[in-house]
Amino acid sequence: MSAPLLEVTDLCVSYGKIEALSNASLRVGEGQIVTVIGPNGAGKTTLLSAIMGVLPSRGRVSFLGHDGQSPAIQDMVARGMSLVPEKRALFATMSVEDNLRLGGFRFHSRSKREQDAAMEELYSLFPRLKERRGQMAATLSGGERQMLALARALMGGPKLLMLDEPSLGLAPLIVREVFRIIAELRSKGVSILLIEQNARAALRVADYAYVLELGRIAMEGPASQLAHDPRVVAAYLGMAGKHQEMLAS
Amino acid sequence: MNLQIVMLLGQDGITNGAIYALLALSILLVFTVTRILLIPQGEFVAFAALTMAAMQGGTPVRLGWLLLALAAAALVMDSHAAWRRDGRIAVRRGPALGVAYAAGLTALTTLVPLAEAGVALQALVTMALIVPLGLALYRVFYQPIAAAHPLVLLIVSIAVHVVLVGVGLLMFGPEGARTEPFSDGGLRLGMVMLNSQTIWVVAVSLALILGLYLFFERSLYGKALRAAAVNRLGAELVGISPELAGKASFALAALIGSLSGILIAPITTIYYDSGFIISLKGFVGAIIGGLASYPVAALGALLIGQAESFSTFWASSYKEVIVFTLILPVLVWRSLSHHGAEDEE
Repeated sequence: MSAPLLEVTDLCVSYGKIEALSNASLRVGEGQIVTVIGPNGAGKTTLLSAIMGVLPSRGRVSFLGHDGQSPAIQDMVARGMSLVPEKRALFATMSVEDNLRLGGFRFHSRSKREQDAAMEELYSLFPRLKERRGQMAATLSGGERQMLALARALMGGPKLLMLDEPSLGLAPLIVREVFRIIAELRSKGVSILLIEQNARAALRVADYAYVLELGRIAMEGPASQLAHDPRVVAAYLGMAGKHQEMLAS
Repeated sequence: MNLQIVMLLGQDGITNGAIYALLALSILLVFTVTRILLIPQGEFVAFAALTMAAMQGGTPVRLGWLLLALAAAALVMDSHAAWRRDGRIAVRRGPALGVAYAAGLTALTTLVPLAEAGVALQALVTMALIVPLGLALYRVFYQPIAAAHPLVLLIVSIAVHVVLVGVGLLMFGPEGARTEPFSDGGLRLGMVMLNSQTIWVVAVSLALILGLYLFFERSLYGKALRAAAVNRLGAELVGISPELAGKASFALAALIGSLSGILIAPITTIYYDSGFIISLKGFVGAIIGGLASYPVAALGALLIGQAESFSTFWASSYKEVIVFTLILPVLVWRSLSHHGAEDEE
């Protein structure tokens, strides 16, 4: 296997005395979708925040060959890492178009023509956002906001896109749309690190998966194998998972 | 009280109100972007007025030395930060250029007599001194604690204000000063004589407000500053550095403060400590706008200007009391109509 795009080694994060993440190691290869599943409070969001540099951490994060401890968020953005946080972090009182333009802020020295071209390309992926381009982000529906958050992250031309619970709180039809877009992004060569409660859908779209429990990586393996592992089936793909699945399809 | 007096007081109120509006906007801008209540805003006003007066009076201009000291401190702090991060001392270009700039400007203002230079050039030199002063203040005092609780930031703000007032006394002395008006004469409008300085104040304020509006609505950098105010995490995630946003808002605040100082210096006598009470009135305007709305803050500041002007006529010794009492009904109304913090989503 060639050198991975992202390699995280022994990452630890503590909130005061409580260790939220202990010695987590994972890798994301070029063009791969990797998912991290696990129950609420397992430390999934903490993991993404630490990789992005939003939270201070111990351990090594190596991204695109740059190796370091407790990365700085600006460096990560500049190198092409992008995070869509669970809360979306949109610019609520600004228009959809302004949100997108700011998504491409790291290319601010580009000409207006290049920026417009990037916008048009994105609008073809999210036609709904084009209809709503002049609207304030706060007035969008939950699904549209998630689309906007995704689109804003894509404006930064990421090499690695990290998604924190992109389907949380969305209607089943929109959840399907989100996963369709995730699959489409992979075909465009964007690598994705995906965190999901909807384990079944996540395992279906991903190449490789990790199970995070109580701040530790409990299991890992190719997603198709993990989807049939009896422990995973019992804990994450039981009747509840089946129910979600039915809703989503 | 006849119509003529009403017009006269109204004119005074508009002049002062326009200045308070500028300061209110500036306080609001800095607060929304950085959560810092910029108490030293008034020092930008006073220092600008007194620097203008010093140039015109031919007394030594000492503000450059303060800028030089702060730029040197910023250079040391940046080098120290680089040393802690990379394990070696590296002098970065930005702060080094800052020191060179400050040194050059200090030399210019100490060696070249600017008394005969004309108001426009004097104003330009004054702004060239004070805008980078805003930048340096942010770098030295606020950037290291940017993530701290707003209360800590407020305490630091008060400390910086107190220190700056002291430094102001050292630089400018205890005497007040007034500068020459930009132009003579005025404009007769019916039975009222419009003072030329009033016209200057209103025109420059309007131009500045229009410029700020265009900057924040049209340019990507202005939008980035707004974004940093709306959602800090979101801004960081798209690569808008909070440090840059903080520095930019402080530079803008210093620009607005210095312009205000230059504008009012011909109207009122300014002392080294006059800035505080002036910016406090801008602050009351910002509070009326709920520390959130720019248009309401500007209107609130205009109201303060009028209230001040008319209370000078009726009860001049209670002038300040009346002006600051205005804040009470606003606070009561706001606390009654406030329904708790809304969630971000």
